Amino acid sequence: MTTVFLSVTLVILAVAVIGCAYRLIAGPSRSDRIAALDTIGINLLAMIAVFCMLLDTQALMEIILVIGILTFIGTTVLARYIERGSVIEDGDDR
Amino acid sequence: MATIVEWIAIVLALAGAVFCAISAVGLIRLPDVYLRSHAATKSAALGVLFVLLGAFLFFWAVDGEINAKLLLAIVFVFLTSPVAGHLNGRAAYRSGVKLWKGSVRDDFKEVLERGGKSGPDTVQEPEPPKRP
Repeated sequence: MTTVFLSVTLVILAVAVIGCAYRLIAGPSRSDRIAALDTIGINLLAMIAVFCMLLDTQALMEIILVIGILTFIGTTVLARYIERGSVIEDGDDR
Repeated sequence: MATIVEWIAIVLALAGAVFCAISAVGLIRLPDVYLRSHAATKSAALGVLFVLLGAFLFFWAVDGEINAKLLLAIVFVFLTSPVAGHLNGRAAYRSGVKLWKGSVRDDFKEVLERGGKSGPDTVQEPEPPKRP
């Protein structure tokens, strides 16, 4: 019975990821796509947590941390890129 | 007892998934980058926090272990999701994305016209008192 509930949770999260993928493809500006990518990463993190509960293992917990960190760094770098035009600046004007 | 906590954890995970789905609906239907990022940042972070809290309770009830990595992930998502949304919104404004036509207020435009900088630098400092 718990397996059924967890599978339903996983399906709902997958539908959320598909909605974000629509915004990722159709978004008119680049910031839309970045926001959609951020939300996809965070939903993926939740999906892995539910998957851990479904398999009853704790072996996938590191993946949650790594995906969280990579999502944050990716969003930061992309936002900086579209704001300034470069990621790493070598000038002294900071 | 463990079964009750397990069911509470599963219901928490389900509620978090529903929050994530609602945030995806907002991400599709809202008219503007800024409103969309409002939906994507806040409610998705809340849903993920619910799911991770459910997983934490689940493993605490089933295996009897407190998983510190899940607590760390909860704190990390709670801290970084608003920061990422803020950076993305500021980058969108400075790269020239228009506001929705129904928007009624634009404070950042005045800030940019006045100082050209964003952040706490633009707070007007009071004049220092003049010495006679």
